[in-house]
Amino acid sequence: MTTTQVEPTAMLADLQASKPDRVTIVLLSGDMDKAMAAFIIATGAAAMGMHVTMFFTFWGLNVIRKPGATSAAKDVLRKAFGWLNKGGADGLPLSKFNFGGMGTTMMKKVMRDHHMPDVPELIETAQDLGVNMIACTTTLGLLGISKETLIDGVDQLAGVSTYLAEARQGSVNLFI
Amino acid sequence: MIESDVTLDTLGYFCPMPIILTSKKIKELTTGQVLEVLSDDEGIKKDMPAWCQTTGHEMVGLEEEVQPQKVYKAYVKKAR
Repeated sequence: MTTTQVEPTAMLADLQASKPDRVTIVLLSGDMDKAMAAFIIATGAAAMGMHVTMFFTFWGLNVIRKPGATSAAKDVLRKAFGWLNKGGADGLPLSKFNFGGMGTTMMKKVMRDHHMPDVPELIETAQDLGVNMIACTTTLGLLGISKETLIDGVDQLAGVSTYLAEARQGSVNLFI
Repeated sequence: MIESDVTLDTLGYFCPMPIILTSKKIKELTTGQVLEVLSDDEGIKKDMPAWCQTTGHEMVGLEEEVQPQKVYKAYVKKAR
């Protein structure tokens, strides 16, 4: 029998070695406005030199899914669910006044006209600034989302312990 | 009138862009140089001092121009 050493996804030693201000954000929502708030805080904190980790769970996973990605689930229920639950940062609905997408389209136009970055641009900036992005394994499985259908740069999968290990060292913990 | 070495124009951009652009630009300066940040977002009045306090850079001053359009000029001295 051979045993392979697996590197832990979250380097706890690294976490303890440096002690900058830590921010953890749990994004549960897949709404555009809430995702924007999460990423504005994340990018702002990173620009202030803080160490930022974002955890994506449930509908928040839609924000970090590649557009058009289909469900990897084999069973009928989750397959049907995957068909209904569309991902992609550019296709997120507003939590209010979505009006079947019309409200969101109008909001996006207003944002563009005022030089406001949209969610895909905010994600790019966050990655640029070194924001850590971690996807929740449990809900990935539940929603039938495979790791390969997540956007590039989100390669860390973890659970509640990783979140808590980071959050307990943080001074700012947000649940959005 | 505050002297500056480099100017960063963030006119037309809303939070968090002025701060993000500032944090990127400051890396191009050498220690002791002063960065002038132009912004028409009123939030900069509080955000730039807060950013300086957290990052350790020195807030040298803030000017407000009203004519011909409202422009805030924030001056940040690179500390390290």
